[in-house]
Amino acid sequence: MAPPLLEIRNLTVAFDTPAGRVHAVNDLSYTLNEGETLGVVGESGSGKSVHVLAMLGLLPSPPAKILSGEVLFQGRDLLKLPEAQLRELRGGQIGMVFQDPMSSLNPVLTVGRQLREVIERHSDLRGAKAEARATELLDLVGIPNPGARLKQYPHEFSGGMRQRVMIAIGLSCNPKLLIADEATTALDVTVQAQILDLVRDLKDRLGTTVIWITHDMGVVAELADTIQVMYGGRIMERGPVRAVFRQPHSAYTWGLLRSLPDEGARAQRRLYQIPGAPPDMANPPAGDPFAPRNPYATDRCRTEVPPLRPASPVPGHMVAAWYDLPARLAAEAAHG
Amino acid sequence: MRQFFSELSRSKAGLAGFILLVLFVALAVLAPWLGLEDPTRGSLRARMTAPTWDGFWPGAHPLGTDEVGRDILSRIVHGSRTTLAVAGAAVVAGGIVGTFLGILAGYAGGLTDRILMRLVDIQLAIPLMMLALLVVAALGPSIQNVIMVLALTSWIRYARIIRGQVLSLREREFVQSARAIGASGWRIMLRHILPNVMTPALVVATLELARIIVMDAALSFLGLGVQPPNPSWGRMLADGRVYISTAWWSVTFPGLAIMLTVLGVNLFGDWLRDYFDPKTRSAR
Repeated sequence: MAPPLLEIRNLTVAFDTPAGRVHAVNDLSYTLNEGETLGVVGESGSGKSVHVLAMLGLLPSPPAKILSGEVLFQGRDLLKLPEAQLRELRGGQIGMVFQDPMSSLNPVLTVGRQLREVIERHSDLRGAKAEARATELLDLVGIPNPGARLKQYPHEFSGGMRQRVMIAIGLSCNPKLLIADEATTALDVTVQAQILDLVRDLKDRLGTTVIWITHDMGVVAELADTIQVMYGGRIMERGPVRAVFRQPHSAYTWGLLRSLPDEGARAQRRLYQIPGAPPDMANPPAGDPFAPRNPYATDRCRTEVPPLRPASPVPGHMVAAWYDLPARLAAEAAHG
Repeated sequence: MRQFFSELSRSKAGLAGFILLVLFVALAVLAPWLGLEDPTRGSLRARMTAPTWDGFWPGAHPLGTDEVGRDILSRIVHGSRTTLAVAGAAVVAGGIVGTFLGILAGYAGGLTDRILMRLVDIQLAIPLMMLALLVVAALGPSIQNVIMVLALTSWIRYARIIRGQVLSLREREFVQSARAIGASGWRIMLRHILPNVMTPALVVATLELARIIVMDAALSFLGLGVQPPNPSWGRMLADGRVYISTAWWSVTFPGLAIMLTVLGVNLFGDWLRDYFDPKTRSAR
């Protein structure tokens, strides 16, 4: 089998704040194969955005500090690359789409100029050729009348259109890896559906590997091959989307899935709410970060960090938990 | 260019400012060929002649003469050459230096920021006029030195304001997107942040141009600007001040010239600011 496109090993990122050192990413390791789509979910502060910013060297330092780890992209450790080489990768091999399409484009430059900038930065295309490529990209992401649109400013685009432009910028140099950080969160569901269709289509046509960061389980279910649930800077559960959705092995994943509204018979029920509040990362819990909010936590969970272990016969389905969730749930059901 | 003029013609105030400016610049450039009297040659017989309209030359003084009989119209027109050149050069020099250092301080932050801003503080603690007097007195009054001094009193205003803008701009997501597409620090400063601060820089520049014209007049007034017998608006004001009760024209017309220039600059600058802002441009 080909080596993975991206391999993260033991990445730990912390922020030095007046209140002390906050560990945003704890000993994170995972691999991503070429062509795979990874959906990363988790609540605010789970480290899902921070870890990608850290690997691209986009975190401001200070206060951010990468304490340990390696990020191997095509065999090269991004964390050790000099800034100039990292800049070559950013926007070239690795495209990035940010959350807020309203503020991610420079308001005083035309869309065309911003697209051309990436193209000229990372390829030999200049002048009319760069212009043609920019037109082609806008066309690719489904923006009608791309030639005229290039001459317009960002405020003349709607939110969905701007996010398409961001995706066009992210894709402009045929990246191996596209990272989308909450790329559809600011958009309404109709536009979100269009963008997801677009990404799926592009992925199929261009074979791009995608990391899609979101807190929307529905988006992951629709788009991703693999889901990775993060909490407190750690992976709680990871595996093929179908397997994880069918039978979650982490109480956190289970809680997230239960808190989704479902159509159908029990539409009237009160939505499940995970009790408690996210952990204070300046003073993280000693063991499993989710233990204080977890009704199924054991004593061991409170004192010792659980490692990732295979969760089910499905290959690649891993969970970090000392307890056996399906067994506990089955027992509960048996007792009524 | 055609777009520029079609937009300009939509705004009455902008157009008026532009016409005023063009008029003064044209007068300044064409001064030697207008057939005016020698601005430095007086005629004792024609001292303090009141403005009279009996056609132009020879010997007519449509705006009157000053205390040694020099033609005021000619002196204003010739004076605009030095005034506009000095003020323009000082605004451009101060603007470029101030904007650049402001962006640098705001974007780089840390030690760079602290050093630059303390420098601004130090300079603000010294009265500008005293600083100007000090430098001109030390280096001697020449046009280059006056330009340098005026630029020196000017850059801090750009630097302060631009730095403040950049502090908020650099946290915006488009700066991070620019970094995510592989842009370097210099590239972000020059290609992404600079266009965003052009609007405030222009506003400061129009205010500064007005202030510098007045300050240049003040320096001339104190005898440190352009040296006599060369005409300058400030010196005309200074010399005519004594005769304000008997010869109103000797201060009124240079004063009007200063006022109209500053007005033109402000009107045009205001319009220019809107012109450079893509939001107001397409909203019309």
